[in-house]
Amino acid sequence: MTEIQPLPVYMRRREFDPDPELAVLREEEGVRRVATPFGVDAWLVTRFADVRAVLGDPERFSSGRDWARLFRAAGLEAMGDEELARLRAGNLLAYDAPEHTRLRRLLTPEFTVRRMRRLEPRVEEIVERHLDEMERSGSPADLVSSFALPVPSMVICELLGVPYEDRAGFQHRTSRMLDVSVPVRERVAVQRESRAYMAGLVARIRADPGEELLGTLVREHGDELTDDELIGIGNLLLVAGHETTSNMLSLGTLALLRHPDQAELLREEPERIDAAVEELLRWLGILHAGTARVTTAEVDLAGHTVRPGELVVCALTTANRDPALVPDPDALDITRDAAGHVAFGHGVHHCLGAPLARMEMRVGYPALLRRFPGLRAVDADFRTFHVVYGLTSCEVAW
Amino acid sequence: MVTAMKIRADRDVCIGAGLCLMTAEEVFDQDDDGVVVLLTPTPAPELEEKARRAVRSCPSGALSMEE
Repeated sequence: MTEIQPLPVYMRRREFDPDPELAVLREEEGVRRVATPFGVDAWLVTRFADVRAVLGDPERFSSGRDWARLFRAAGLEAMGDEELARLRAGNLLAYDAPEHTRLRRLLTPEFTVRRMRRLEPRVEEIVERHLDEMERSGSPADLVSSFALPVPSMVICELLGVPYEDRAGFQHRTSRMLDVSVPVRERVAVQRESRAYMAGLVARIRADPGEELLGTLVREHGDELTDDELIGIGNLLLVAGHETTSNMLSLGTLALLRHPDQAELLREEPERIDAAVEELLRWLGILHAGTARVTTAEVDLAGHTVRPGELVVCALTTANRDPALVPDPDALDITRDAAGHVAFGHGVHHCLGAPLARMEMRVGYPALLRRFPGLRAVDADFRTFHVVYGLTSCEVAW
Repeated sequence: MVTAMKIRADRDVCIGAGLCLMTAEEVFDQDDDGVVVLLTPTPAPELEEKARRAVRSCPSGALSMEE
């Protein structure tokens, strides 16, 4: 049986902040061997420059190497090669070049800045519709279930061509799959369910490809992609597309409400929104760590020699709080220039959906602040055991 | 002698994150595949700071500059 691991140090938080132990680690030895939820020890990298160096060097820090061995070490030793390959197919995060490059190039055109600008009016409509509903239901409201979760869910459904009626199912599966307090075997079982769901959808889209992203992939590249790859791509984009942005919207709003001077500044000077989004991304760092890498050679990490075949985890949140990135890094300051932060990762695996996430936040936060000038946070429930940090609920009143 | 900034964009390395264009759209663009298009390798002095931020933000290392 797989035992539930204690929460690894890089996932521990005090509300918005990383565990203070991580700042000490960053200032002192820089890297340390730590336990991970996958049952394998890893080298934890904490400094901004080291994180950028690791993520920027996919040849020595591989995303695809030893994938099966690590998966099995996590308590899935009985899984056959064929099933492992199926679970991996289409998951861009689990491949190196040239496979990763091939998949990524098929998807990049769907997330250009121009595409996002064309999508923006529809995102504005979706945001306003949910704010109307919140207003109708009246104060107080749960920001997560009434705004932060449904908005990006609806956006990614429309973008991909996933029926929005199916949201309860995929939202539930996503939250189980990314919850490290759920035993690995159960999380893998949920992953199988997700693939089964997406398999049905991919079959329907193969038969009748629409104009949405998955339909476009089938029409333009249908013969270059296997069904397993389409299923993997569909699931990755669906999960990444709603879960992360949802938590940025809820946690970011709470951060602004807990820093009333910052919220006020953004209300009065909405043109600051782009910088505010970058600062919230940096400061909140909702992805504690990027996907783990495996060393392909002997490497030096902050003065430590690491052998080939070792797991490396980058503490993104801690790197974003490194004084080498910005001065006074623990302060939330929407007027600063947070460019270069690693909230979306770095290197070839840098978040594909970043332009979409940024646009949803650029639309979402100001619309919410505009609609409810007296918005205040009553209560918030931080989500401790998730790969994506955030809030399970957040009661707001106005 | 005044030496101007000179930017390079490696289209083979670019992953199409689009950050450069979001940061300095006077200097960078994307083609339909999302790959960077350098509009000017030597931006006007008033755009240099933005261009520098764009280079600093580039996640793939496709952008570099000389000053």
